[in-house]
Amino acid sequence: MGNKQTIFTDEQLDAYQDCTFFTRKEILRLHGRYHELAPHLVPMDYTNEPDCKVPLALIVNMPELKENPFRNRIVESFSEDGMGNLSFNEFVDMFSVLSEMAPRELKAIYAFKIYDFNVDNYLCKEDLEKTLNRLTKEELTPEEVQLVCEKAIEEADLDGDSKLSFADFENMITRAPDFLSTFHIRI
Amino acid sequence: MEEEEEERNTKKKKKHGSAKREREEREEDGGKRTVKEKAREGRRRKHKRVETSSEPETSEEDELKEETEESDVRPESLTPEELEMLKEAVEEKKKLVQGLRGKPWPMKKKLVTLRESQEFVEKYEGALGKGKGRKLYAYKVMMSKKWMKFQRDFENFKTACIPWEMKIKEIESHFGSSVASYFIFLRWMYGINMILFCLTFGLVMVPEALMGRPYGTIPRKTVPRAEAPSAMDFAVLWDFGGYAQYSVLFYGYYNNQRAIGWLKFRMPLSYFLVGVGTVAYSYMVVIRTMARNANESGVGDDNSFNFSWKIFTSWDYLIGNPETADNKFASITTSFKEAILEEQESRKDDNIHLTRFLRVLANFLVLCCLAGSGYLIYFVVRRSQKFALEGLETHTWWERNEVNMVMSLLGMFCPMLFDVISALENYHPRVALQWQLGRIFALFLGNLYTFIIALMDEINLKREEEKIIKFNITTWEASLYNATGSENSTAPPVTFHPADVPRGPCWETMVGQEFVRLIISDTMTTYITLLIGDFLRAVLVRFLNYCWCWDLEAGFPSYSEFDVSGNVLGLIFNQGMIWMGAFYAPCLPALNVLRLHVSMYLQCWAVMCCNVPQERVFKASGSNNFYMAMLLVILFLSTLPAIYTIVTIPPSFDCGPFSGKKRMFDVIQETLESDFPAWFSKVFSYASNPGLVLPFILLMVLAIYYLQSTSKSYKEANVDLKKKLQTQNEENKRKNKLAALKAQTDLEEARAATQTAERPKNNNASPQRQHAEEEEDLGSSQRKNGRPPPSVRHQDGRPPATRAPVPRTLHPETHRSLGYLPGGGFPQQREPRMHRVPSLQRH
Repeated sequence: MGNKQTIFTDEQLDAYQDCTFFTRKEILRLHGRYHELAPHLVPMDYTNEPDCKVPLALIVNMPELKENPFRNRIVESFSEDGMGNLSFNEFVDMFSVLSEMAPRELKAIYAFKIYDFNVDNYLCKEDLEKTLNRLTKEELTPEEVQLVCEKAIEEADLDGDSKLSFADFENMITRAPDFLSTFHIRI
Repeated sequence: MEEEEEERNTKKKKKHGSAKREREEREEDGGKRTVKEKAREGRRRKHKRVETSSEPETSEEDELKEETEESDVRPESLTPEELEMLKEAVEEKKKLVQGLRGKPWPMKKKLVTLRESQEFVEKYEGALGKGKGRKLYAYKVMMSKKWMKFQRDFENFKTACIPWEMKIKEIESHFGSSVASYFIFLRWMYGINMILFCLTFGLVMVPEALMGRPYGTIPRKTVPRAEAPSAMDFAVLWDFGGYAQYSVLFYGYYNNQRAIGWLKFRMPLSYFLVGVGTVAYSYMVVIRTMARNANESGVGDDNSFNFSWKIFTSWDYLIGNPETADNKFASITTSFKEAILEEQESRKDDNIHLTRFLRVLANFLVLCCLAGSGYLIYFVVRRSQKFALEGLETHTWWERNEVNMVMSLLGMFCPMLFDVISALENYHPRVALQWQLGRIFALFLGNLYTFIIALMDEINLKREEEKIIKFNITTWEASLYNATGSENSTAPPVTFHPADVPRGPCWETMVGQEFVRLIISDTMTTYITLLIGDFLRAVLVRFLNYCWCWDLEAGFPSYSEFDVSGNVLGLIFNQGMIWMGAFYAPCLPALNVLRLHVSMYLQCWAVMCCNVPQERVFKASGSNNFYMAMLLVILFLSTLPAIYTIVTIPPSFDCGPFSGKKRMFDVIQETLESDFPAWFSKVFSYASNPGLVLPFILLMVLAIYYLQSTSKSYKEANVDLKKKLQTQNEENKRKNKLAALKAQTDLEEARAATQTAERPKNNNASPQRQHAEEEEDLGSSQRKNGRPPPSVRHQDGRPPATRAPVPRTLHPETHRSLGYLPGGGFPQQREPRMHRVPSLQRH
């Protein structure tokens, strides 16, 4: 216990538990992982809330994210500056949303952000093409990509503006059977 | 800029808050304050707070309060309405705190909001409650706080107790979610068996062992004289004969004494209730899990989002292994290609007659297999009965364990055979997997039921035997009576050692033994196949590859894949056997816990060391509920024979807790009559007479019918709504298209008109329009560029101070709704207020 107290105060731990889906132990483990990423940048002592950030390149190399085709997008959409530098708060936030306990609505909001490559609040054809190319490692021919994207927009677009707004996306994703089981990273 | 301000502000706020907290702690350390004083303190703090509040509504109202507060006003002076509002606000804050983790805000904001609302609640809570009620209120608040803390600690403890989390994570990242789902299922099973084990161990086995009569005091607890020399041999013990048979592990050992020990523990009743409780608990857990799964998984029944689901949910975020990732990429690509093909044109069937013929042939072959395996088991069981009559000692090991071995081998090889046969059918892999699962299910079920039918035969044989022995015993006792000539004929054991007393065959113990043997041999075959089929194969492939003529790793044998569906089915059937046999062998849950524990480690190791990730993953169903439904079916089917034997067959006369009764469930009636007051049993007998029970059952059936019909109508309404929505969507699209067309034609017309109008006077209009067009261009180029203006700054190389404003607009409601809370505004909103209010006061 004595060791743990030096990283966070009890109040901080309580606050984190209120704000995330993690338990005390998991938060401490997360801090360990965060510290591991950049030992020279991140202090062990977090009681006075130091202001430090870990750059995208280091976070993306975590084994949990390394193989993910959307890793850069995930990190970017959780970073406050949009460039992928994560403070510890944002780091915890990211894994909280991706944890098993997070509700579908919350996950849908962040999934939308992740797939919205050009940050315009709509999933347009361009975003879909990028998503698809990352998913298939560009194995599909351009015509096939076109076809799939058109089909997907046609299916999910409710207001007929040929791009997906968040409402369209949510409506589609809440019915997906696999969404909860696959949009999930265990830490 | 704003952001910086906000930050500064929060820092200020933090200092402020921490200072306060410190003071509070000091105060609490003092500890001698009365609740009232604390409340006043709260008021005073609130006063301070008001200065920083940003809400127009509440602040006005607070200003009013301030004026009254100037002369050190006590909380009593609050009007009821104000109190009411305060209460509401506090409640709202509490709710906010509870829902905070589900809010899509950045963590910093969440932390700030949390701190603010906690402070708010702390300050104002003291002011609530009037006069006498205050103490009670404060007490209640304190208790609720303690309760919250306890809950959190308990939650922490609970998650710390969940075992194998890291192991499963490792597997998940290596093989993806489908393989991990098997291990999660295994862990869940382990939990259930743990509870079943605790029930039987704590309420049946331990009491009998501690408080019941010790070993060797009565015939049923003693090894008979004939078996005594070999009772300790390993071969006998391995078969659960000898000392193992006459121990708490099996039904026959239990005595029919009504109450045992100084606790007056009602042993037979406990035995019966634990048997019922095991089944009831299992039903409850399975059904509850199914309901939860059904809630969680979306309504993924329709196929309307085929492509978008494929795009947005096909990547498994758990994957963290390059090889698995490659496989996943490939399988996603093929699934897209298939979907495109299906979309473009249904594939031409080259020869429909041939495929039909082949499918019929395949099904015929599978049926033959099933019938053959059923017959084989029946034959083997009958043969083993013959062996048993002749005496086991004269036969070889194989002949003694034939039944279990044959069943395990069938369970091992038939699925492979089915796999080969299903190659004939040429189905889509997903359909093929479903067929395969259905066939294996039928095979296991058929085997199990043949086994049970054979057991039933054996039970009947034993009961015949029992009748003869019973008759013999009476003559034996009579002769004993004549020989000793004593008056007291009820006490022959005084002169006889219990081992010499003749006894019945005790069919219940026999059933229990059969099931235990079955479980053991099943476990053994599972482990051995694991070692040979996976480990040995992997070792051979790995090391023979250096000196072989073709590439073993990529070519024919290669490494094995983890067979999720087969393993899950094996687990389910194993559990079915446990449920079936647990009544007659209380040790079964314990054995199963052991087995699951070992297989957790063994399979984790095997899967990590000698399996390769699956090349093509097809889930058998959208959710786990498919397997859960199977488990439910198995549960039902395995409780049927157990209930049948309990209800229809009278228990053995000289062994087990129910000996001497006509039926096993008579124990309930006996307890009612002797342990409860007379009126209770009277009421019970009234309640259980058919005149009351039948209407009750009728009522229940009606209720079920009603619920079912309403759910059906809901479903229909759902479908209707869906249809309506779809048609509306299409209409919308058409309308939009029409509107766009019309707008285009209008635009063209207008352009044409302006062009014609421009010719006479083209001086004024054109620059304006040009300007407008330029603006439009700019906008569209930005849109094309895809980045909102702030990102342009990013490209300059300057570190961006603000984040793109876009994500904020996602949740305008949440912002606003928070804004309505008194004192819950954001720091940057509070800024102006902080300067303004004091100045107001000064004037």
